[in-house]
Amino acid sequence: MNRFTLICAALVFLLAGSVSAQDVLFRNATVLTITDGDLENTDVLVSGGIITEIGSNIRAPRGITEVDATGKYLMPGIIDAHSHIALTSVNEGSSPVTAEVSMEDVVNPYHLGIYRALAGGVTTSHTMHGSANVIGGQNETIKHRFGTKDPDDVRFEGAPRTIKFALGENPTRVHGNRGSGGTGAIVPATRMGVEQVLRGSFENGKRYMEAWDAYTAEAATNPRAVPPAYNNRLEVMADILRGDVLVHCHSYRADEILMLTRVFNDYEVRKITFQHANEAFKVAPELAAYGAYASVFADWWSYKFEVYYSTSYNAAILMRNGVVTSINSDSGELNRHLYHEAAKSQRYGGLNDAEALSMITINPAIQLGIQDRVGSIEIGKDGDLTLFDGHPLSVYAIPAMTFVDGIKYFDRFEDADDMRLQISPSAEIGTFEGQITGRDHIHDETEVLDFFELFGEDILTTIDSQ
Amino acid sequence: MTVFYSLVLAFMMLIPQSQQQDQKARQGTYAITNARIETVSDGTIENGTVVIEGDRIIAVGINVAIPEGAQLIDGSGMHVYPGMIDSGTSLGLVEVGSVAETNDTNEVGEVTPHMDALTAVNPNAVAIPVTRVSGITTVITEPGGGLLPGTAAAINLFGYTAEQMHAGDVRMLVLQFPRKGGFGNFRRFRGGGAARDPEAEYKKAMDKLNEIWDRASLYQKIAAAYAADPSGKTMPVYAPEMDAITPVLTGDRKLMVKVDGEKDILAAINWVQERKLTNVVFSGVSEGWRVADKLAEAGIACLVGPMLATPTRGSDRYDRAYANIGLMADAGVTVAIRSGETENVRNLAFNAGFAAAYGMGKEAALKAVTLGPAQIFGIDADYGSIEVGKKANLFLSDGDPFETSTNILALFIDGFNVPIESRHLDLYQEFLNRDEGRLQPVEVLPADH
Repeated sequence: MNRFTLICAALVFLLAGSVSAQDVLFRNATVLTITDGDLENTDVLVSGGIITEIGSNIRAPRGITEVDATGKYLMPGIIDAHSHIALTSVNEGSSPVTAEVSMEDVVNPYHLGIYRALAGGVTTSHTMHGSANVIGGQNETIKHRFGTKDPDDVRFEGAPRTIKFALGENPTRVHGNRGSGGTGAIVPATRMGVEQVLRGSFENGKRYMEAWDAYTAEAATNPRAVPPAYNNRLEVMADILRGDVLVHCHSYRADEILMLTRVFNDYEVRKITFQHANEAFKVAPELAAYGAYASVFADWWSYKFEVYYSTSYNAAILMRNGVVTSINSDSGELNRHLYHEAAKSQRYGGLNDAEALSMITINPAIQLGIQDRVGSIEIGKDGDLTLFDGHPLSVYAIPAMTFVDGIKYFDRFEDADDMRLQISPSAEIGTFEGQITGRDHIHDETEVLDFFELFGEDILTTIDSQ
Repeated sequence: MTVFYSLVLAFMMLIPQSQQQDQKARQGTYAITNARIETVSDGTIENGTVVIEGDRIIAVGINVAIPEGAQLIDGSGMHVYPGMIDSGTSLGLVEVGSVAETNDTNEVGEVTPHMDALTAVNPNAVAIPVTRVSGITTVITEPGGGLLPGTAAAINLFGYTAEQMHAGDVRMLVLQFPRKGGFGNFRRFRGGGAARDPEAEYKKAMDKLNEIWDRASLYQKIAAAYAADPSGKTMPVYAPEMDAITPVLTGDRKLMVKVDGEKDILAAINWVQERKLTNVVFSGVSEGWRVADKLAEAGIACLVGPMLATPTRGSDRYDRAYANIGLMADAGVTVAIRSGETENVRNLAFNAGFAAAYGMGKEAALKAVTLGPAQIFGIDADYGSIEVGKKANLFLSDGDPFETSTNILALFIDGFNVPIESRHLDLYQEFLNRDEGRLQPVEVLPADH
């Protein structure tokens, strides 16, 4: 190629309006916007990773990738508000309060679970600390930019900080040595103890915050002002009190859900999502009144005693009582068909399509504080989109393509079978690894451990904590 | 009032007043009219009638005489399906998963073939009504744990005793076929101690299986000889483990081989052939697609699932577990679907739906949860389709039962019109509008703190 041809090629490229890798145009889709109804035969244009146009017969920027979505359904990328994928460890189970630790430090972008989630239409996961501690670690909200080697690349930049709390059987078993499998008999061994651990942490956090606020004020005029002792755990408690960290609390029973609401009311903490919350349906009016959110399973129950009095109608009762509700996975298997989990609210409680879909899109976005960026198809939102070859609430629906920031990360027909990014010598193709199934929830999330990754194999499994 | 309750209430209007009051399941004479009948064995009948008398279907078709005194159920706009059969569960054996005291699946010891699942089935397990209101009327319930953990049984999901529930006298001896390679019981890693040697462990397990089988064969010969003519012979020692294996050796009882990995499936095929066992079924078979032609050639039926699972290998396509059973069926393997579940056996229909979507097709998937398993278990004279003379195990729905939004509106098991009731529905009814009966509102929050 001579110089002239090169210059011409460069000119053509520039004149074309510099189509980027983050540009894509969907043609003739049924667009499930979530916030603005369903639009038939509609085009959606993503430019620079942002949705810039929704309409019919959109003029295609020259050179843009067009996706013929005729007969297909385009919906916002699904958001999983409770996940443990892409982590190399999950529980800092050494103390009932470990607010200072963060999943940010253990994100594993190689994790195949990210790809498998994409293949189920999921573009964002809230990948969380476990439930061993009353106040566990801070979580990480990630975007499924599969293929990168840099953990920072999968972070959902600008997403609010969140933290994991846990009530009930798990923290009392692990710390109070109730039942078996605990690490030592310390408070809490009961739900009463859980409340006092929380109250103690919030009171200390409040005093710490006030001491620092007083110091900061004094330091403005007095250069000899003495700062309080720094405490990284109380720093996080203070940030929760300031409203800078959203609380996501593992909980099951109605009484413990109300307990935390009372504690939060006393400390004026407003941003709370109850995770799992199998008995939230019993106190739905109270949750609605407080403005608390719920993120629940579609049908998991009976795997432990505190979920024995559950109902698969939980999500429907909560939605009907005005609680912002999402359906989550807490599983490297379930997260591949959250659209199906959301659809179960139609069998169990007769929610309509818009309500059902909101529970895996805009509602989890609200719970994670990212609703201005994702969770619906609106101009100005991120180009995180999933194309289904049938209505996503049908059991026969198959996700066909998934996009994050306008970039295609999953294609049912073009992707290779083997999508691993990291292949260790001990994980040859011939290695049978076993499966994650619906049975894995028996073990809850107390001791979720990415076991095989420690051995170079890629499977998230769950170790019995008993 | 939700759509579902409108439907159920509208439906109950059709059922005589006397039964609405006590909601007690009763046998009798019932005629379901004007329904779309999915017979499974003989296509679909539009605007058809099904007549039930006692525990049996006595008439099916368009021009069917309705017996005098029959209780009429207008099935207009409804679909009638044979009750679904789940080919692998622990239903009835477990009440609360993590509470060991309520968990009766695993006996102590590796070789406990004389443990009988039917003994420990709790007819009042809360999960049983939760399951049947989704249209599942029969399940295989299995013990688990060791090499030969016990005997699985088929149960109908209505009844007050094991005898009332036992379906078609089906019992199968469970064999957890030894696993080759590094996979196995994760928990062993955790206990620390000596490093594992997977090869040695596998050889040990196979040696043990072969030794037990040799002993069982010898025992069977001695016991048979003694039974034929005890004179001058010593009575064989009491060996319930051996007694439990005997009917498998004679071919009178089916051996259910639980096996998943490719190498293990091939080893299991060889093993049953070497042992000249013909009444055999494989269960699990998550890598069946890899050796489907071998399974078809061996003529071994497979109880496959769950579909709702991750691939068995990191290198496998993401949807292999969904597609596995379809690929096996295409290769000519006789298949049925198992959920592998306990409290969520109700997801059987959704496992079937995913199998259907990912290659199997709806018709084959429906057969794999109805007539298919009935044939495999040898109970197809009584179960698996809507046919005259068969057990009245069937349900009415407002659509395709695999489709997530479909409602199951009525249910018959053994001819009993089992009410659509479960704890999940009870809690829904109680809590949907929790405070509507309260005259004086109570402040919502906070309590006195």
